[in-house]
Amino acid sequence: MNPSAVSFWIETLVAVLLVFSGAFALVGAVGLLRMRSFFLRLHASALTNTIGAWGVTLASIVYFSVLEARLAIHVWAIIILLALTVPIATVLIARTALFRQRRQAGNDVPSPLGGNRPSSL
Amino acid sequence: MSAVLSGAILLALSCYATAIVLTAARLFMGPSAQDRVLALDSLYTNGLLITLTLGIRYASNMYFEVALLIALFGFVSSTAMAKFLLRGEVIE
Repeated sequence: MNPSAVSFWIETLVAVLLVFSGAFALVGAVGLLRMRSFFLRLHASALTNTIGAWGVTLASIVYFSVLEARLAIHVWAIIILLALTVPIATVLIARTALFRQRRQAGNDVPSPLGGNRPSSL
Repeated sequence: MSAVLSGAILLALSCYATAIVLTAARLFMGPSAQDRVLALDSLYTNGLLITLTLGIRYASNMYFEVALLIALFGFVSSTAMAKFLLRGEVIE
């Protein structure tokens, strides 16, 4: 298991995936800093969670598969975990923002669906 | 490890570090509490990406388990803080 066993083109592929992921994580962070309202910032942070994580995970899978000469698919678990948990956390944070901004008068947020439901849903 | 891969790893790590600095600026500025929760969630993800990149750099499988733990605890903490902001308590 010596790192010199990996061929040049595989290393180039891993490098391209890493740079791709890093660029998108940077774009997501810039968006998180510069977007105007909270609901726009929610989109920017999704970039880091999807494309950034996919790039690094695919790079890890390719690199360790070649390095250990077997299919090293276990890094995929991170993608599965992120794909399950990130939407839940995002929806919870968005609901929190809706709930807290509706309680302040004069904010431009959509009103709750249906007349009689409590606004916390 | 060729110069291409080590250079790419260095570039990606500096991208993640810059992203962490920008996210931390949002964490300190953030006008409302939900902005800070979102920035903290993004910080967790950036830390996970850095850990996975270091795993490639040192050709070690240990970093994978660290990244898995970071992903789990990031989800739990963001959910707990969002629930606290929504309801005023975490466990009802």
